[in-house]
Amino acid sequence: MSSRVEQAPLRLRVRLARDRLLVGLCVVALALAIIPLIWVLWEVVAVGTSHLSVEFFTTLPEPPTRGGGGWAHAMVGSAVVVGIAVAMGIPVGVGTGIYMSEYGNNPLGRTTRFLCEVMAGLPSIVAGIVAYGLIVVTMGRFSAFAGGVALAVLFVPIVAITTQEALQMIPRHQREASLALGVAEAPTTLRVILPAAMGNVLTGIMIATARVAGETAPLLFTAFNSRYWMEGIDQPTATIPVNIYAYAISPFEHWHAQAWAGALVLVAAVLLLNVAARTLWARRARFMAGG
Amino acid sequence: MGTAPTPPQRPPLQPRTGRERWADEFRRRWFRYATGVLAALVVATALAILWELWDGSGPAWSEWGLSFVWRTEWNPVTGQFGALPFVVGTLLTSAMALAIALPVSLGIAILLTEYAPRRLKDPLIFVVELLAAVPSVVFGLWGIFVLAPLVQRHVIPFLAATPLGLLPIFGEPGSGYTLLTASLILAIMIIPIIASLSREVLMAVPRDQKEGALALGCTRWESMRYVVLSYGRAGIFSAAVLGLGRALGETMATTMTIGNRLGLTFDYFEAGNSMTAIIANELREAASEIHVASLVAIGLILFVLSFVLNTLGRLIIMRVHTRDT
Repeated sequence: MSSRVEQAPLRLRVRLARDRLLVGLCVVALALAIIPLIWVLWEVVAVGTSHLSVEFFTTLPEPPTRGGGGWAHAMVGSAVVVGIAVAMGIPVGVGTGIYMSEYGNNPLGRTTRFLCEVMAGLPSIVAGIVAYGLIVVTMGRFSAFAGGVALAVLFVPIVAITTQEALQMIPRHQREASLALGVAEAPTTLRVILPAAMGNVLTGIMIATARVAGETAPLLFTAFNSRYWMEGIDQPTATIPVNIYAYAISPFEHWHAQAWAGALVLVAAVLLLNVAARTLWARRARFMAGG
Repeated sequence: MGTAPTPPQRPPLQPRTGRERWADEFRRRWFRYATGVLAALVVATALAILWELWDGSGPAWSEWGLSFVWRTEWNPVTGQFGALPFVVGTLLTSAMALAIALPVSLGIAILLTEYAPRRLKDPLIFVVELLAAVPSVVFGLWGIFVLAPLVQRHVIPFLAATPLGLLPIFGEPGSGYTLLTASLILAIMIIPIIASLSREVLMAVPRDQKEGALALGCTRWESMRYVVLSYGRAGIFSAAVLGLGRALGETMATTMTIGNRLGLTFDYFEAGNSMTAIIANELREAASEIHVASLVAIGLILFVLSFVLNTLGRLIIMRVHTRDT
């Protein structure tokens, strides 16, 4: 093979060399994407673990002059804010997805589909501005609830789109079989179609949850921040992402260290959700391919 | 001879009155209406976003009109505001990010569709998608403590020493928090989306077109260059547009690395500002009505830009799909 190439006319050899060069460049491109990923993860794990302690999960922050302290309040805050977004977002997102997939062949369905695509690309800070104007200004104070609403605005379109796509993958004859047996609309969707698509719907929900759990910009002026335990969902609260930002831009060395520790907790949670979601999906896809 | 038994009276098929008909309709189709209400809620949310951006930015528009977009002054003390430095900062960083990310993403997409062995393909796709899952604030943290020092000590001196340093977009080297730093982080962050969209485009190229080119004696690169890339041109363009839209709206990584300096600059080696960064930095503490309105107005400009890019990208993808089927 190689001897034949060597005997080949010059032009052909140039063409084949160019071919190999392209593969080389593509490998370089892949490396350019993977190196920053590994670098970021490496820094987060290396610097983060050296500053992680039990105290970090169980105590409140100390004043910057003293050192020590933890982010327990921010972890609770993040759980509450994301919890509000998910609790509001799942019914709306899944319901919208069902409508777009099953009954959406009309102006409302088409409008919703278009708007979901648009809102999925909404700059996250715009969701924050809107929650700020509609809730924070109206209530007169920053609150965990406003933060939850801002995140829900980002959560719903992702879930709606993935739910719609999941339902569309179920063959049409399953719906027709159910309807032909005299099963009404609601049970056909809720007990035949939705269970069959459940794996992918859950994947969408988990990926959307991971996405909003890492969001910072919409929380800056909605959930705001706090150094104490959250006193209620109508009160401002610390969250892990906002704390990472606040600590990172502070002038204190040991706050920087805590920002890395917080980043480790956040990245671990977000990546775990993503990996879990994708393996769930992979199992489902294999099952569908086999069956 | 008895009469035939009369058949039992059947209830009428159609309920007679309008109200009964509606009740029946509702019994059969309530689920459709219930989910429809949720879908309508999404529409209402979109309208609320628009209304809030419009209403909240009202004072800025009535004060300066459209000239707000190209005014360059930003001074909360004197109450003078204009969006141009931030629009320019956003466009410069996003454009540079796209210029870096597009070739890299295309390379990844080509590698994954054409060359990668089957066993490596799925893990590689997974790794590239993980990049998209890392929260923006974590990239920002890495940007502050790793990338910015690196840019200051190595990247900028290196670029300044090469002929590229003579380009008017590169000025005097200074700190590590520059438009260039923000562009680099944005590039890393938009690679996954451009790569995955272009991969879909490349996969959609009909097999017989590729094989036809190979059968005519093309090398893989030539079939890629003349068949696949020209067939997928529109799709790749839309991937770039959607990637640009993502870069425009990115907040935390930009805010933490761009330097947050007020004033107009076209110099990639200098600290700058962006639309997202100024909102993230000032909306919390904005005291006067006109200051808040100006920040919301910048949010509206951002929204319109990203809406236009996203819609354009989606439209092209839709047209490509209808052509393919």
